[in-house]
Amino acid sequence: MSFSITDPSRRQKWIAGILVVTYAIVTLLPLVWIIATGFKTPPDSIAYPPKVFFSPSLEGYVNLFTSRSRVTPEDLAALGPPTTWYDAIVRQYDMVITGPSRYGERFLNSVIIGFGSTFLSVFLGTIAAYAFSRFKVPLKDDLLFFILSTRMMPPIAVAIPIFLMYRQLGLNDTHLGMILLYTAVNLSLSVWLLKGFIDEIPIEYEEAALIDGYTRFQAFYKVVLPQAATGIASTAIFCLIFAWNEYAFAVLLTSGDAQTAPPFIPTIIGTGGKDWPAVAAGATLFLVPIMVFTILLRKHLLRGITFGAVRK
Amino acid sequence: MSDPMAHRIAAATPPALAHRIRGLSDRAIAWVFVAPTIFLLLAVNIFPLIWTIRLSLTDFRTNRPNNPVKFVGIENYRKILTDADTWLSLQATAHFLIWTIVLQVVIGFALAYLINKKFRGNDLWTTLIVLPMMLSPAVVGNFWTFLYQPQIGLFNYVIAFFTGADPSSFSMIGEVGLAPWAIVIVDTWMWTPFVMLICLAGLRSIPPSIYEAAECDRASKWRQFWTITIPMVLPFLMLAVLFRGIENFKMFDLVVQLTGGGPGATTQLVSIDLKREAFEKWRTGYASAYAVILFVTVFGLASIYVKALNKVKDR
Repeated sequence: MSFSITDPSRRQKWIAGILVVTYAIVTLLPLVWIIATGFKTPPDSIAYPPKVFFSPSLEGYVNLFTSRSRVTPEDLAALGPPTTWYDAIVRQYDMVITGPSRYGERFLNSVIIGFGSTFLSVFLGTIAAYAFSRFKVPLKDDLLFFILSTRMMPPIAVAIPIFLMYRQLGLNDTHLGMILLYTAVNLSLSVWLLKGFIDEIPIEYEEAALIDGYTRFQAFYKVVLPQAATGIASTAIFCLIFAWNEYAFAVLLTSGDAQTAPPFIPTIIGTGGKDWPAVAAGATLFLVPIMVFTILLRKHLLRGITFGAVRK
Repeated sequence: MSDPMAHRIAAATPPALAHRIRGLSDRAIAWVFVAPTIFLLLAVNIFPLIWTIRLSLTDFRTNRPNNPVKFVGIENYRKILTDADTWLSLQATAHFLIWTIVLQVVIGFALAYLINKKFRGNDLWTTLIVLPMMLSPAVVGNFWTFLYQPQIGLFNYVIAFFTGADPSSFSMIGEVGLAPWAIVIVDTWMWTPFVMLICLAGLRSIPPSIYEAAECDRASKWRQFWTITIPMVLPFLMLAVLFRGIENFKMFDLVVQLTGGGPGATTQLVSIDLKREAFEKWRTGYASAYAVILFVTVFGLASIYVKALNKVKDR
């Protein structure tokens, strides 16, 4: 290890470390609170002073996944003892489970639309980025800027004509409609990011392949694609995160069949006030995959969030 | 590759292969590869934009599709620009935009500066700090309404703990004076890491030799900070401000979940106002004109800013 006169001293490092760790703890507090609230009972979740230590309960998760209805104590007694642990939890409140809630469906919609649009935007983005990177495309700079500028439009502004257009085409509240829409929104990111990644692959590899008798297509998928695999994977995760988190289009264009989880989670209510443990449980299940992805992505994070403008 | 080598390879390549190399011409492949992207963007972005402009000149209402549509010229634009509500929304947006950018730049830069001291474990802590910005803004906004509850909310409790105030005496999202700050706080909590990451890249791009040279010239640390660190990080910082500026001008999901634009219209940002006009009052023509005005504003401001950014970069 080399030392330089400009290296920070031990004391500076300590002070910097303490300040950053303090900030991190404060900033993570709301996230920890979401996760913790999911494991509280409703009375614990609204206790004053806020409960830091509590006996964990799965009530929030049970309420998240079920719909329940109140029955009279006599009817409850007539039902006999609860057969499952989640039945037991619900019956403490004189309620019975009447069926699954819609959370499962909404979550599944998020998965279908998220993965569908990610696949499409990465597929289209990769071939377009390859063309922009390797060929003389007429008006290349204008087209690239056009692609980027589509991201500047406020979603609500685009939503008005899309709403009308989708109504004509029967795409309102359908998986296909949302997949196409999210694909279009994500294309700007995927083309710009992937162009950066493909630009970094030396063109000599392909030239060698062409000389060896590969066609352009073969050179593309046998030489370029494997080289760009990391870039494609991280682009895919960024596209997925966008589609996963998107709210504005989802709330305006979907209401039933194709509604994703972000517009649904805030509408979770309990009996007699908001059921915060259920909301927190829903949020936790929804946010945790993204936290995992973020940790996996950390090397490419900066590049992804700046559309490839900053490369580390 | 030397020429004789190339000749040898050419001679060794069978003619059939040489023909196949030509296959589809590069030009054709380029078009086949680019066309789907351009087509999709035209269909989902440009066509709707043109439609919006057309609608903005009419009094069309989506909830009354059978009414005759009247062409009203620039009437909608005139109404919007003379409507006091529009200016209130623009003011709320400006307040939100300016304060989130100021706070995020100051805190984000300070954090990046500290992390760049390279204390042990700085990578791990950086990753943890970054987490909030990757989450769904609507879900986060919804949950913050819980943290902001008077009495039982964690935020109120922590503030009360440190200031001695009564935690039920103030409501961050219920009071006219506090709500504009409530949204600034959550956005800052969420997006400071974004500015931090970009600043960190800027700081790491400065070659240590510059500082070493300054040390030899006996420049004070203070002076080094202002004459080396700040100018070298500035283009990065400006890029971060550009991204945050565009995003927060469009801001919808986080704030609509957090305050719904209220109380009154104190946090009614332009996107929320636009959503009301388009999807609650169903004044489609009027809302389309509003959308066009917002486009032009974002594009105008962003392109002026990019010019300034390029000047700083070239310096």
